Amino acid sequence: MSEHIVSVRVYITIFMVLLVGTALTVLAAFVDFPWRLNTIVALTIATIKATFVVLYFMHVRYSTRLVWVILTSALFWMGILFAFTFSDYLTRDWISIQR
Amino acid sequence: MASHAAAEDIHGHPALQHHFENMEQQREAGTLGMWIFLVTEIMFFGGMFLAYALYRTLYPAAFASGSNHLDITLGAVNTGVLILSSFTMAMAVYFTQVGNRRPQIICLGLTLILGLTFLGIKAVEYHDKYEDHLIPGHLIPGRPFDPVVQEEGQPVDHHKLHLLPGATKEKVEMFYWIYFAMTGMHALHMIIGAGLLTFLLIYSMKGRFDPEYHSPVEVIGLYWHFVDIVWIFLFPLLYLLGRHYH
Amino acid sequence: MVRNMKAIESFEVPAPPRVNYINAQYGLKSWLLTKDHKRIALLYLGSITFFFFIGGIYALMIRLELLTPQGDFLQSTTYNKVFTQHGIIMVFFFLIPSIPATLGNFLIPMMIGAKDLAFPRINLLSWYIYLAGGVITIYALLAGGVDTGWTFYTPYSTTFSNSYVVATGLGIFINGFSSILTGLNFIVTIHTMRAPGMTWFRMPLFLWSHYATSLIMVLGTPVIAITVLLLAFERIARVGIFNPALGGDPVLFQHLFWFYSHPAVYIMVLPSMGVISELIANFSRKNIFGYSFVAFSSLAIAVFGFLVWGHHLFATTQSVYAGMIFSFLSFAVAIPSAIKVFNWTATLYKSSISYDTPMLYALGFIGLFTVGGMTGLFLASLAVDVHVSDTYFVVAHFHYIMVGGALMGYLGGLHYWWPKISGRMYPEGWGRFSALVIFVGFNLTFLPQFVAGYLGMPRRYHAYPPEFQVFNVLSTAGASILGFGMLIPAIYFVWSMRYGRHAEANPWHLPGLEWRTQSPPPTENFEVTPIVTWDAYEFAPREETEVVGKFRPELEGI
Repeated sequence: MSEHIVSVRVYITIFMVLLVGTALTVLAAFVDFPWRLNTIVALTIATIKATFVVLYFMHVRYSTRLVWVILTSALFWMGILFAFTFSDYLTRDWISIQR
Repeated sequence: MASHAAAEDIHGHPALQHHFENMEQQREAGTLGMWIFLVTEIMFFGGMFLAYALYRTLYPAAFASGSNHLDITLGAVNTGVLILSSFTMAMAVYFTQVGNRRPQIICLGLTLILGLTFLGIKAVEYHDKYEDHLIPGHLIPGRPFDPVVQEEGQPVDHHKLHLLPGATKEKVEMFYWIYFAMTGMHALHMIIGAGLLTFLLIYSMKGRFDPEYHSPVEVIGLYWHFVDIVWIFLFPLLYLLGRHYH
Repeated sequence: MVRNMKAIESFEVPAPPRVNYINAQYGLKSWLLTKDHKRIALLYLGSITFFFFIGGIYALMIRLELLTPQGDFLQSTTYNKVFTQHGIIMVFFFLIPSIPATLGNFLIPMMIGAKDLAFPRINLLSWYIYLAGGVITIYALLAGGVDTGWTFYTPYSTTFSNSYVVATGLGIFINGFSSILTGLNFIVTIHTMRAPGMTWFRMPLFLWSHYATSLIMVLGTPVIAITVLLLAFERIARVGIFNPALGGDPVLFQHLFWFYSHPAVYIMVLPSMGVISELIANFSRKNIFGYSFVAFSSLAIAVFGFLVWGHHLFATTQSVYAGMIFSFLSFAVAIPSAIKVFNWTATLYKSSISYDTPMLYALGFIGLFTVGGMTGLFLASLAVDVHVSDTYFVVAHFHYIMVGGALMGYLGGLHYWWPKISGRMYPEGWGRFSALVIFVGFNLTFLPQFVAGYLGMPRRYHAYPPEFQVFNVLSTAGASILGFGMLIPAIYFVWSMRYGRHAEANPWHLPGLEWRTQSPPPTENFEVTPIVTWDAYEFAPREETEVVGKFRPELEGI
């Protein structure tokens, strides 16, 4: 059996981290950060939480490289969808049509 | 030769399927299959996240107004419930791996109960939206999107929609169809997950899983964690947008 | 057991078993509840042919209407439904599943030396899902049809159309799951179930292209799934997702739609390219030139194919800067396809070509795909595209790839592997004849459309200015020939199942793993799990087996 068994200690630790992260994100929401930092803070905390779930609850930390490649490819592909679509919307105003 | 293949079956695990050489190959295939399915789910939700990102960029005030009207307490409690359910799911996999049947069944049961709790709280939230005429478009025949707007100087009524400067009711409707589409799709996935957990519970109680063979538990666990991750992103994006506007 | 291993190494196969996958079990239930990938492939073959026939009838109606400049055969609203349904049936219910679900399902386990795919029951489920999607779509067609164009552009499809948009959308949505499950199955199978010794670079190129196709299926199809759902949501709830009057952006729909639908065209053509690689190498009895380049080009097409969808939006309010990026990338995506064409041609050079029917289809593919691909470059140029967008130029371009390319590969592959699938040979003379008829008919149908489109004839119009009539008459004449040409194989394949010459295990005398088991194969594919020690296209000279024959002193221990 090549399966790695994650210990209960690790699971409990990650669970605590996730709860703390949730509390943090709720508290941060009420603070008025300058510019767009609110969004960035919220997304960063969410990403960190998600990373912990992926690495430990979903065992990616102990899985083969293939699983890691599959996961990163999916995220990359979603990134392509976002990046190229936004490349349209964000640059639409760059050309002004002279009337 | 045929007799050689038959001998292999006799000595294999009863759950070994005929086209696999051994349990290790079967387990690897099952895990890979679920991961690839999760890839499709990532792209599926990704389309909706894209629509969200676009319209939020276009109508920031309306989105903040709509978000402020959501119940942050219920949303945060739901987040906690899901994270706890992810923990119990991971523990269920652990107990299956080490062969402790009773804790395994208990953890699976807890995960199911927590999932149903999430759905229950969601139902309460949806009911509140129904009460406040916030169901978008004409989804409910005879009850179109038509919230009452909070006027300046009037006592604060939590059922009324408070519009931030620059927001209009029509654009807030955009927020609400995104809210319902995304949380609705998420809830649908939770319901499917609950069904899968029920199936796992039944088979666990029949003693079908052991340290040698517990691929379904692991694989459905992956699915459950994924649904949790979607919510981890949905919560701040939908509920916490406009809290810093005062 | 030792004797069988020697047999595999020396091209011999054991005597044909009395039982093969077709006669292993009798009865409808044994077919409808089968887990055997080969039977599922045949189930798909039947249903796909059915949908092709329906799509073909719509094509016939289009061509009949377009014989004359006036709209006299069909009303304009009916014509809208006809071309829409032609597109939907052909794209979603024929082209996308065709090669992967039939040839892919049948051959992938055999080519890697496995007993079945990784998930046989999911494979069967995939077929039932395909049928469910098909039934719902047919219901929508019969109940009144859909007239939005297969592209479902908003806000017409969500707000103004009075046709069965949601029902058709549901059919397509469900069908998407069939595609996803097939792709998932293939990826896991190729990763985990290769026989001992079958390394990635010993795999036939058919497998590489199906692997790449499966990647596209898995990454792209979910996006159209959510797009169709949002379309239905907007239509049912009357919200403003893509409706500009309510704050939405119709171009967002187009972004989401084409994010899948452009890679979808690579789903349609990549498997066909895999077939062509097999046909070219095997019918010129020469190792494919630049194997790893062809293998990697399949992956490159899969990846690059996701980066170019904006070229369908050049004539919209999409930003010109984004358009420039998409245009550049659309040129780039042509490179891996060109690499394949170069390598096939180089394979043919100084080889020993036999002009059997499958090879005729392969040669046709190379020429027609090149024309289709090069006209794609016209369309990738921003300025030219604005001129020919929504004209018959585009129609001709994609038909060259889809029919001249994908369909030719499908027919070539069907002929090539027919002896393995059915245990019978098709009639070679009729095969070559119909291949030529199809080639002539196809070109007569679609070549005039390039000119008509360039001169300005719009697509999706049932009436047109009289100066385009000559092109349309030529096109309809060609379509009749094409239709006739495609009926012939339909007839002789069915005929051959009863009266065709029995085929031996390896009628073409080729080294592929699928040829080293009986025709038709036993249910478990191989008597013994093969151990692979040779490369994909290692040919032993025919003379060796004929002159030296079965006596191989080194194997007899002398």
